[in-house]
Amino acid sequence: MSDKARIELRPTPHIHAPQDVVTIMRNVVLACLPLAGWAVWQYGLSALLLGITVVASCLLTERLFGRAETLRDWSAVITGLLLFLTLPPGFPLWMGAVAGFVAIGLGKMLFGGLGMNVFNPALVGRAFVQAAFPVAITTWTPAFFEGRFTSFIPSTLALPFTIPPETAQWAGSVVVDAFTGATPLALAKFEQSLAPTRDLFLGTTAGSAGESSALLVLACGLYLAVRKMLDWRIPVSVLAGAAITATLFHLLDPVHHPDAGFMLFSGGLMLGAWFMATDMVGSPVTPLGVVIYGLLIGAVTVVIRLFGGLTEGVMYAILLGNAATPLIDQFTQPRVFGERRS
Amino acid sequence: MRWFRRRTFSHGIHPPDHKAETAALPIRRLPFPEQLVVPLNQHIGRPAVPLVHKGQEVVRGEPIARADGFLSVPVHAPATGRVRDIRPMPTARDRLTPCILIDVYEAATQEVLWHYPWQPEEMDRQALVQAVQEMGLVGLGGAAFPSHVKLSVPEEKPAHTLVVNGCECEPYLSCDHRVMVEQPRDLLRGVRYALRATGAKRAIIGIEDNKPDAIALLRELAAQEPDIEVEAVETKYPQGSEKMLIRSLLGLEVPAGGIPLDIGVVVNNVGTLAMLGALLPKGEALTERVVSVTGPGVKRPGNYRVPLGTPIGFVLEEVGYEGEACDFVLGGPMMGPSVSDLRTPITKGSSGLLVLDEPAVRQESRPVWPCIKCGRCVNACPMHLNPAMLGQLAAAGEYDRMAEKYHLADCFECGSCSWICPSNIPLVQQFRVAKQWLRDQAERKQREAQPATADPQPAEEPGKEARAA
Repeated sequence: MSDKARIELRPTPHIHAPQDVVTIMRNVVLACLPLAGWAVWQYGLSALLLGITVVASCLLTERLFGRAETLRDWSAVITGLLLFLTLPPGFPLWMGAVAGFVAIGLGKMLFGGLGMNVFNPALVGRAFVQAAFPVAITTWTPAFFEGRFTSFIPSTLALPFTIPPETAQWAGSVVVDAFTGATPLALAKFEQSLAPTRDLFLGTTAGSAGESSALLVLACGLYLAVRKMLDWRIPVSVLAGAAITATLFHLLDPVHHPDAGFMLFSGGLMLGAWFMATDMVGSPVTPLGVVIYGLLIGAVTVVIRLFGGLTEGVMYAILLGNAATPLIDQFTQPRVFGERRS
Repeated sequence: MRWFRRRTFSHGIHPPDHKAETAALPIRRLPFPEQLVVPLNQHIGRPAVPLVHKGQEVVRGEPIARADGFLSVPVHAPATGRVRDIRPMPTARDRLTPCILIDVYEAATQEVLWHYPWQPEEMDRQALVQAVQEMGLVGLGGAAFPSHVKLSVPEEKPAHTLVVNGCECEPYLSCDHRVMVEQPRDLLRGVRYALRATGAKRAIIGIEDNKPDAIALLRELAAQEPDIEVEAVETKYPQGSEKMLIRSLLGLEVPAGGIPLDIGVVVNNVGTLAMLGALLPKGEALTERVVSVTGPGVKRPGNYRVPLGTPIGFVLEEVGYEGEACDFVLGGPMMGPSVSDLRTPITKGSSGLLVLDEPAVRQESRPVWPCIKCGRCVNACPMHLNPAMLGQLAAAGEYDRMAEKYHLADCFECGSCSWICPSNIPLVQQFRVAKQWLRDQAERKQREAQPATADPQPAEEPGKEARAA
C-alpha cells in the first residue's frame, strides 16, 4: 500500500468547524431576503428595482476595486441588501447606484476589503447619500398604494444628476387617506403624535424600505441568532440601551419624550440592532466589549432622536459604535486563565 | 456546596467526537513487525543513553538505554531480537532522532522475559518514584512527560489532591476509555501507588460524561475506597488539558506560567496509572501501549496494543488501509502532529494513529478568508486569550507584543481557535511560529551575553506537559 501513498503534512488541528465565512454570509443574505421581499410587497416595482440597482452597484464596485474571488464571499450582496433596506422606497435609482458605489468603494475597499473596514459599509453609503441628497433621502412614500406593481413612484426614474420630481402631489393622488409624508418618528418629534405600537410592530407605517416591520426584522434576526451566525448579545444590549435611555427621558418629560415601546419599534432601530450593529467586522470581540458597544449604540440612538436635528439616529449611533470598537476591545481584554486580578 | 456547580471550565469547543467507531471494540493485540525502531527520546527531557551495541541480543523487557539524569527515563526492548543498528531515523518529534533498530526474532514470544525485583507493598515514596523511573513510564496521554518527575513531590510543596485524567477529550481517540473499561482494577491499583508516592490525601478520577460505562464501573469499584472519587465532567474540548480539568473538578486555577503542584495538585492520565498498576507488581517495564487506530482511511478501526517502536506503516497494513493522498496523524486530530514517513515508529506518547483519507483531507482544505473579527476564537479559547488579536499581530510580525501584552506564553496550542475560525486562519500555526521565533531570539541573546558557558541542552519548554490528553 505504502508505495502509492501521497502523504500530506498538515498543521494542527486537522479538523475544523463546518461553518465558514461563506456559510455565514450566505445565511445573512437569506435572512435579509424576507425583509427585502416585504419592502417590495409594500412599495412594489420601485422598491424591487431600487434593490436590484443597489446590490448590482455594490457587486460592480467590489469587482472594480478587488479581485474576482472576493465576490464569492457574498459580503458585497449583504452590504447591498442592507443599504437598500435603509433607503426610502422612492429613492431615485441613480442615487441608489451612487450609494452602493460609496458603500463598497469608500466604506470597504479603501480600507483593504473584507475584514479591514472600520465602519459598516452599508451605513457609510447611507451616510454619504444623506449628506449629498438630503431631500430625496427624507421623501417618504405611502405603503400599499394602488398600482404599485404596475407603475413607478415618480422619483424612482429620475435621470442622473437631475433633481427628482416632487412626489407630494402624486402621493396625495394614490391614497384615499391623507398621507402626511412623514415617518412615525418625525410625527413624534415635531407633532408629538405617536403611531400605535401595534402598527409599528407589524410594519404598516411609512419609512425606509426595510425598517417598517419590527416583527419581520425580529424573526429574521432570531433565525441568525439561533444558527449562531450573529452575536445575540449585541441586539439585546442595543435594545436594552435604547429602552433604558428612553424610559429615563420619558419619566422626566412624558409629553415630549415617547416611551420605550415606541422607541424600540419605530424607525430603523430593530434593523440596525439586528443587522447593522451585529456586523462582525465593526463590532468588538470581547464578551464585555459587545455589551458596552450595544448599550452605547442604543443610548446614542435615543439621544439623537430626542435632541438631535435629525429624526433618526440609528445610523450615526452605529457608526459611532464602530469607531469606538478598537478602543472598547482595548479596554475589555479578558482576564487570562490563571492570571491574578490586580 | 460543590454539586451546585456544573463540573466544567468556561469556553472550549464541541467538535464531533467520532468515538463510536472504536469505543465499543475490545483492545486487540498486534503482532511484532520484522524490525522495531526504538527512539531514545520518546519522552520530554534528556534522551536516554544506549546500553547495547550493534549485534547484541536483547530480550523483551530488558533495558536497552539508561536514563540520563532525573529528567529522563530508560528505554526497554519491546521484543526479543538482535540489535541491527543505532542510527538516526525519522520520528514524530523530529526529522531525525537516534534510534535503536531491533530485528525481531521470528516467533518471538509476547511474554516479558526480563523482570525487576520490585516489591511494591514494601516500597516507600522514594522507592516508588525510583521504580516508576526504572520502568520507563511517561505520560501516556500524549505529552510523554516522565511520570516519576510528576510523582515526586518536594517536602516544601506538598500535594493535597491527585487528579486522574480520564477525559480523553480529543476526537477519535478511545484508548483511555477502553483501558478504563477493561483494566479498572489496574487503574485503581495505579491510583493507590500514585497516592502513596505523592502523599496526596485523596484522588479524583475525572471522566467526560460521554463515557457513562467507565464512570459507572469505576464508581462501583471505588465505592470501598474512601479516598478515591469518580466524577463526571462535561464533554467539551479541551477538558483533558490538566489546567482545565483542575478547574472543572476543584474550582482552582493553576497560576499563569505555573504547574499544578503550585496549588497542591498532581495530574496523571488514566492510561499511565493503569499501566503503572499493571506493570509494578509484575516487575515489568513499559514495552507496549494501547493506540487508537482510526479515521476515515482505516478499514478495521479499533484500539490495538502495539509494541513500542512499531513503524506506523506496519500498523496500517495490519488494520487495512488503502488510499492515495493522506494525512497520517500521531495522536488526536486537534494536537497530534502529521508524520511524513511511514517508517515513523509508535512511541510512548502515541495515543492514536489517525488516518484522514483523501476526501477527508480535501474537505478540510478550505480557502483562508480574511479575519472578520467574529470573536468566536475569543469565546473558544480555554485560556481566555484573544486569538483574533494575536493572529493579527502574528500576521504583522509583531511577536514581541504578542508575548508582552497578549499572553502568548499561556497558549498551550489546543487548537480550539483554529478549529472554530470561520475564515480558516491557521492561528495555532502562527502562534507556534511566533513562539519559536521568540525562543530563538532569547537563545541568541543569552549566547551573546555569556559566550563561554557550556550549556549544550536547551531549556525545556515550559507548559509542554499541559498538553490535552
